[in-house]
Amino acid sequence: MGYSGEYAVRATGLKKSYGETQALKGVDIHVKTGTVLGVLGPNGAGKTTAVRILTTLLQPDAGTAEVAGVDVLAHPDQARRVIGLSGQYAAVDEILTGRENLIMFGQLYGLPKSIAKARATELLAQFGLTAAGDRILKTYSGGMRRRLDLAASLIVAPPVLVLDEPTTGLDPRSRADMWQVIENLVSDGTTVLLTTQYLEEADRLANEIVVIDHGLVIAKGTADELKTQLGGERLDISVADGSNLAEVEQSLQQLASTWGIAGNEVLVEPHTRRFTVPYPAGAAGLMQAVRDLDSVGIHPTDFSLRRPTLDDVFLQLTGHAAEDMEGDGSYE
Amino acid sequence: MSSTDLTNDVRLSSALNLTARSKPRFVQLLNDSFVIGWRNLLRVPRQIDWLIGVTIMPLMFLLMFRYIFAGTVQMTLPQGVSAVNYLVVGILLQGIVFSGMNTGYGLAMDAKEGLMDRFRSLPMQHLAVVLGRIVADMAIAIFSTVTTILVAFAVGFRPTANLGEWLAAIGIMGLTAFVFCWLGAVIGLALKTVEAVSSIGFSAIMPLTFISSAFISTDFLPSWLQGFAANQPFSLSVNATRGLLNGYPDVGNTAWLAVMWWLGTLVVVIPLTAWLFEKRGE
Repeated sequence: MGYSGEYAVRATGLKKSYGETQALKGVDIHVKTGTVLGVLGPNGAGKTTAVRILTTLLQPDAGTAEVAGVDVLAHPDQARRVIGLSGQYAAVDEILTGRENLIMFGQLYGLPKSIAKARATELLAQFGLTAAGDRILKTYSGGMRRRLDLAASLIVAPPVLVLDEPTTGLDPRSRADMWQVIENLVSDGTTVLLTTQYLEEADRLANEIVVIDHGLVIAKGTADELKTQLGGERLDISVADGSNLAEVEQSLQQLASTWGIAGNEVLVEPHTRRFTVPYPAGAAGLMQAVRDLDSVGIHPTDFSLRRPTLDDVFLQLTGHAAEDMEGDGSYE
Repeated sequence: MSSTDLTNDVRLSSALNLTARSKPRFVQLLNDSFVIGWRNLLRVPRQIDWLIGVTIMPLMFLLMFRYIFAGTVQMTLPQGVSAVNYLVVGILLQGIVFSGMNTGYGLAMDAKEGLMDRFRSLPMQHLAVVLGRIVADMAIAIFSTVTTILVAFAVGFRPTANLGEWLAAIGIMGLTAFVFCWLGAVIGLALKTVEAVSSIGFSAIMPLTFISSAFISTDFLPSWLQGFAANQPFSLSVNATRGLLNGYPDVGNTAWLAVMWWLGTLVVVIPLTAWLFEKRGE
């Protein structure tokens, strides 16, 4: 079942337009075999279009796409055997039981009924759904439903998994369960392409990350590389309710310039009255920072020094906070 | 069921042989259609209110026309021809046409629930999604037509057909049902939302059943509608079925004309459906 080439997913120059709108303007996506690639991007960035092309649901206007050595555009039927798709666009039947769903999909993969049944039993057990297997999906919790959805995409043990926002809307515990499952699959050799709106998820699961915005890849690398690109540590400074935020921002910008930081790198979140500014001196210079703030008349109610997160990377790259990203509309 | 019993036992490997059997395309199409058809039928008893709804509608038409309009319709018919017999056939065929809309509704529902994209991502014969839907909708149409015929017997339906005529009438009704399922599929795939299918779909089908010979001889329709009403294929099906079951009006060549119309429609509609299905991803 495995695939031994260097790249399990290799897409180059993907372009797609809907009328006047250019959803993809030439995107490359490469996923090394046995690794996880996280695809990040704000709503409408083009990541869903890219996923739909790679999973044969959509024809690109230009570009090439290859999954596990199969040319997706020339041989879509062969490609469908080596890709498992799970997520917001590929659902399961709510009115069938978990077992009925898995048997149906198994038969549609061309398995004989006896094998489809045995595989359903095997997957239900692996996903902790044996007890719920004969209940219709309407009675499942969000986490159970999502597990069944993932199980359905694993029926023929495909070498490549495409997970489109696999944990969106799940509670933290179900999310952690799901991450564990994905990590298991990867340690068994599965290659995963993951889109997500949770940067924490990309940070934990993805070996590499590409950030897509306005139909182009605007950054790629490991989570650490992306954070390093952004420079050193960050100071978070919250000020009291009723403070004049514009005044504080101006003082902070002046102060930042003495640290060698450009004024536009001072970010403010008005509703939490929190300022974030890069602080090159790091932990060793913490006392100096407190004195500097005091000297320009800023009296924080809360003050902390931290390493940059992917959220900072995202904000820097796209100009939107990650929380602004929502599930994409059904067609970008 | 707590999430603690989620074993961390998910493994890529399996003791089973997960290689697909390779089959000729046509065999795979039949196999996949059967799997999808079975899935659609499994859903029926779990949506019993829906089943009651689609069964009751033709019964309401039957009872209302039987007890409200039969007397009036009787005056348009020659001596000795039963208005009940006459109306029952029209109502049966109208029910069959409406049940074709279930196909459109079902496909739009699958699209809404995200199942359509799951099916499209599988290495299956995609036309089976439509054909499997039609298999199930034909079964439901048979159930609802048989129910209507039984109730019709109870309220005075007295067909004169022999076995051969019954079989021919069933053939025409079956073909009509099959064609309207495909037309329903076109509407369901073209319109995309469940709401549009149920409103626009019915509005499109309604005139076909009313500007016809289903309820009254087309001689009594406004003169500018008569030409269309008398010769459109739905009227031909009604007339042929009536002639076969009741002996009035004469079957003549209506049965053959109806069959030719419907076969011609299928030649256009089946490839159109396949094209619409593949275009859905756009």
